[in-house]
Amino acid sequence: MSGTLKNLTLKIWRQSGPADGGRFDTHVIDEITDEASFLEMLDILNERLVESGEEAVVFDHDCREGICGTCSLMINGQAHGPERATATCQLHMRKFSSGDTIVIEPWRASAFPIVRDLMVDRSSFDRIVESGGFITAATGGAPDANLTPIPKPVADAAMDAAQCIGCGACVAACPNGAANLFTGAKVSHLNLLPQGQAERYQRVENMVETMDEHFGSCTNHGECEAACPKEISIDVIALMNSDYRKAKTINRKSLSRV
Amino acid sequence: MSMTLDPRTLDSKIPDGSLADKWDNFKANEKLVNPANKRKFKVIVVGTGLAGASAAATLAELGYQVDAFTFHDSPRRAHSIAAQGGINAAKNYRGDGDSVHRLFYDTIKGGDFRSREANVHRLAQVSVNIIDQMVAQGVPFAREYGGMLDNRSFGGAQVSRTFYARGQTGQQLLLGAYQQLARQIGIGNVRLFNRTELVDIVNIDGRCAGIVVRDLMTGEVSSHSAHAVVLATGGYGNVFFLSTNAMACNVTAAWRAHRRGALFANPCYTQIHPTCIPQSDDFQSKLTLMSESLRNDGRVWVPKMAGDLRAPQDIPEDERDYYLERLYPSFGNLAPRDISSRAAKRAIDSGQGVGPKQNGVYLDFGDAIGRLGRNVVSERYGNLFDMYERITGENPYETPMRIYPASHYTMGGLWVDYELMTTVPGLYAAGEANFSDHGANRLGASALMQGLADGYFVLPYTISNYLSQWLNKSIPDTSHPEFARVEAEARDRYHRLASIGGTRSPDYFHRELGKIIWDYCGMERTEAGLDKALSEIPALYEEFSKDLRVTGGEDGLNQTLEKAGRVEDFFELGMLMCRDALEREESCGGHFRAEHQTAEGEALRDDENFAHVSAWEWTGDATQPNLHKEPLAYEEVDFQTRSYK
Repeated sequence: MSGTLKNLTLKIWRQSGPADGGRFDTHVIDEITDEASFLEMLDILNERLVESGEEAVVFDHDCREGICGTCSLMINGQAHGPERATATCQLHMRKFSSGDTIVIEPWRASAFPIVRDLMVDRSSFDRIVESGGFITAATGGAPDANLTPIPKPVADAAMDAAQCIGCGACVAACPNGAANLFTGAKVSHLNLLPQGQAERYQRVENMVETMDEHFGSCTNHGECEAACPKEISIDVIALMNSDYRKAKTINRKSLSRV
Repeated sequence: MSMTLDPRTLDSKIPDGSLADKWDNFKANEKLVNPANKRKFKVIVVGTGLAGASAAATLAELGYQVDAFTFHDSPRRAHSIAAQGGINAAKNYRGDGDSVHRLFYDTIKGGDFRSREANVHRLAQVSVNIIDQMVAQGVPFAREYGGMLDNRSFGGAQVSRTFYARGQTGQQLLLGAYQQLARQIGIGNVRLFNRTELVDIVNIDGRCAGIVVRDLMTGEVSSHSAHAVVLATGGYGNVFFLSTNAMACNVTAAWRAHRRGALFANPCYTQIHPTCIPQSDDFQSKLTLMSESLRNDGRVWVPKMAGDLRAPQDIPEDERDYYLERLYPSFGNLAPRDISSRAAKRAIDSGQGVGPKQNGVYLDFGDAIGRLGRNVVSERYGNLFDMYERITGENPYETPMRIYPASHYTMGGLWVDYELMTTVPGLYAAGEANFSDHGANRLGASALMQGLADGYFVLPYTISNYLSQWLNKSIPDTSHPEFARVEAEARDRYHRLASIGGTRSPDYFHRELGKIIWDYCGMERTEAGLDKALSEIPALYEEFSKDLRVTGGEDGLNQTLEKAGRVEDFFELGMLMCRDALEREESCGGHFRAEHQTAEGEALRDDENFAHVSAWEWTGDATQPNLHKEPLAYEEVDFQTRSYK
């Protein structure tokens, strides 16, 4: 049943642009229903700011169903806040208590430069996908969809990896700012499927090396898995590493004989 | 200089031949551009959802130069990603009697005989190619233990033709299309402009010559010219403020095209989806869909007695009204969306609503869990159940879900001919942004089908038919004064919005506008209500023009200013929606005029007078649009009363 939270103190990161040093601004929310989502609380704050002549807090968000991956936010030092397997947009105020102080910051990672306030630039993720995160399949030339049976466990494992929403929580949670969970998820999704085999080793090589241009290195902390709103397992990193090692040694001309 | 439209030119360009042959005949006779010449043409694609990403990727693959625009940070964020349940295709892998003809007929009937026959047949034909294409790209559709693709059923069909990837089919399909687009960006065939919003269309010498965009990071307004422009910019469901659309979904691109001469068709055809989580408070920012696929196993019911406040488990079986099963026995809980939504509204209006605000009906999985076990139910719908629990704090394995209808999809959109070209030569509309395939009501799992059909299998064929005439001819580039003039207009507009200096935020006006549209142009419309809306909306718009407050200035990143521009376009669209709903004196699909219903409360069509597409022309005055009609002449199908009983 619904209730009301009173007297919340928000400490929100404000930064006018990449060159600005940034600071925390404090705002008090006197009262809010616990049915409200976290972002609805920010909407209410922003409406109040605009109507009193101040600039709204900039933050990325869109679908509010936990699937587009646009929202972000470090909430009390945790990527996407305190609830497991939940993106910020699906976090509700019933997870907080009256009198709480809530610290809200942007993703902090050198590969995700801050644009303004709580908004960061995650286009380095797109660069990784552009380098190899696809199966080359020109439109119109595809064989019948049931031509190649895919064992259910394989399809399920590919789907587990493919669920990644590209939000960047894994990078934000990582002490090294590594993107191995994101890249591993994409590599695993495609490298597990029969359709992905032709480009398997080229794919992993290109994606890992593009990732290394932008992001830090993985040292197996496992913070990424804990922060992932889709609960993607760090097994995908092992699969990526294993394929990357093979890519460096395998003779691709004899792939069809393996 | 806006386009001047000759009313006699509303030519849908349907190819000759029998219905089943039309698409083949088109392909056999269309003009082609040879592979070496394709690189001489530039095509702009606005929007990177299913339709936009698939069109941009395929056009680039063919060899055209493509510039793709999205207002998101990445093409992968487009709202197609949120589609849950599935995608239809006439594969007949179940051997349960499906065929291209049956999918075609179900879609025509589902649309209440208000869609264009030839377009719908083509959609059903190419549906089978979509599944092949997406599997080849690595979309991990659900599979059976033997490794073959699995299917489920969706509303309005008596076969299992829906392919799915858990409850995240839209996500997986969009990632598939995005990956193809990313590949083309990576190899330099597509230039991507992200965080860039279309703010106007530029027409020169009777054809679309390009677009004017605003860089959302810098506020800078600039021009881009091309041989052809494709708008794949989605629907306008956010006109209701509360909808299942993402927060940024808007009508601006389509509306700006409309203001420059593109006719806007059937704006009153909006889909209210029956299974959304009911509103819980006044500050709610959006409504969340619970996939229609849940109705495969969930049973919809309300207490028989009005005002029954007992907990659901305390209401005995014989005091429950499973109203969909009772009213529509052959389709039961899988009755189409418009029919199910109105049935829910009738139950709630008669006091049988459930939940703290009595604004919902139950969707109960008790029987399914008893029959299949919790594990099977969890495998099928686990992520949806989890999402429901996060939003409501209630566990749907233990207590029935509460659901209520909400704005979800818009069948209306820019008028296009068979080739997906709007009434502005060289300007195309694809996906939800056009009007053509769903008539007055869209069937579940058909939006993904249409978006991908348009982008992968229709537009890449039809666009060469137009482009070929411009081979080796010069077209105006952005140095043409018309670009500068339109840019200046756009700058003036944002300057005006930024400097009104009133007291209310754009969100305030959007919320108030949404209430008017929902109350008078939502699930049920009446002449009196629509008249009221048509006097209230201009009054609220007047207030908006005087009392809007946008802080932060017009240069640089300003989300408040972006919102203000979108809300302003929703005002004008809202007026057109109500006008269209008023003019269409019949009930069909999602358009329900209370004056026109059967004794049982079902929609009553008037084929004598309204078997046409209403295509509206902008006249410069939002309250005085000009109506054109495209008659719907059916060659293969007879108009029938739609029954799901």
